[in-house]
Amino acid sequence: MVRVRDNRDKVAFAALFTHFAPRIKGYLIKSGADATTAEECAQDVMTTLWRKAEQFDPTRASVATWIFTIARNRRIDMLRRDRRPEPEDLPWGPEPEPEQIHVLEMQQEAARLAQAVATLPPNQRSLIEQAYFGDLTQAQIAKETGLPLGTIKSRLRLALDRLRHAMK
Amino acid sequence: MTQPDITSPSGTAIRHHLNEATLMGYAAGTLPEAFNLIVATHLSLCDRCRADVQAYDAVGGALLEDESAALADESLAQTLARLDADPKPAGRKKTATGDFPAPLQDYVGGDLDAVRWRPLGMGVKQAILPTSKAATARLFLIPAGAAMPDHGHNGTEMTLVLKGAFLDGNDYFARGDIEIADIDVQHIPIADVHEDCICLAVTDAPLRFTGILPSILQKFFRI
Ligand SMILES: [Zn+2]
Repeated sequence: MVRVRDNRDKVAFAALFTHFAPRIKGYLIKSGADATTAEECAQDVMTTLWRKAEQFDPTRASVATWIFTIARNRRIDMLRRDRRPEPEDLPWGPEPEPEQIHVLEMQQEAARLAQAVATLPPNQRSLIEQAYFGDLTQAQIAKETGLPLGTIKSRLRLALDRLRHAMK
Repeated sequence: MTQPDITSPSGTAIRHHLNEATLMGYAAGTLPEAFNLIVATHLSLCDRCRADVQAYDAVGGALLEDESAALADESLAQTLARLDADPKPAGRKKTATGDFPAPLQDYVGGDLDAVRWRPLGMGVKQAILPTSKAATARLFLIPAGAAMPDHGHNGTEMTLVLKGAFLDGNDYFARGDIEIADIDVQHIPIADVHEDCICLAVTDAPLRFTGILPSILQKFFRI
């Protein structure tokens, strides 16, 4: 990703595309898009990544996380045509030369988190997925699943606690 | 949520933060536009919630890694062709100066002096911001020492202070603080006596004012 950002390297871009475009498409289909729309939007997301590469900061987010945020914004636009307000940059701004150690830490944390998400118990995992992919609020998930809102909240909390624990 | 002594970028201590469901909803992208606006505005003032949202974004990144769907044959070639056709790279996001953080300025079309206020009576004014209909965002101006009209509500209401401060019961809310009131909370915010209070309020259901305005006027004023 850094090679895409700093050198506008298309070979590196193709490698990112091969890894992430099928994942973005899968995410969009789970969110309710048909295959054609998901294909188009996945291409849009990868084009946006190329265009906004300058904003990628490896000390703040892994590549997967950054791509997730672009895909999520594209999905909001696709499903609801809403604008998506974003917070402004911090007053002190990003560091000009990110320290390699912080980049490494972020990569390790992302790997641990991915591992923790992969090993969640199925009922917690499916709720987290619905919360992220379903375009539903917690109250709407309660309605949809027939589970009481309290149960949804406590299962989500359990799942998040597990993830937090894994990050320590 | 309450936790004391967190210092925001602007140097003041924010004591009242966003709750977990809202932070997660913002990261997941499931909130109505008006709520996204109040979250983005709070995050512009609050490091703590910003860090929390980054963690929730990371959960999304981890979930994304497990997905997969077969691409169209020409997918990569088409995208590569679009890279060259695409306009110049996007620059960095801006930082606003003034009373309103950048995301709010985008909706107002400027800072505090650009707000087009409408009087609600008793010196209270409001300005409705353009968002999708699923929820309503508006700015309130409450004169120093004055009370918001007494109201209860059907849904969730969030109020973020941008200037001045208000008291609600024993809780004090200053710039950057956010009050979250759920169903059936009867609350009466009163502006601090030192200056007029400007806040951003969002609701996902129409308010029921029990005070000065009859319901037909509620419709008229969209409150
Ligand atoms: Zn906060």
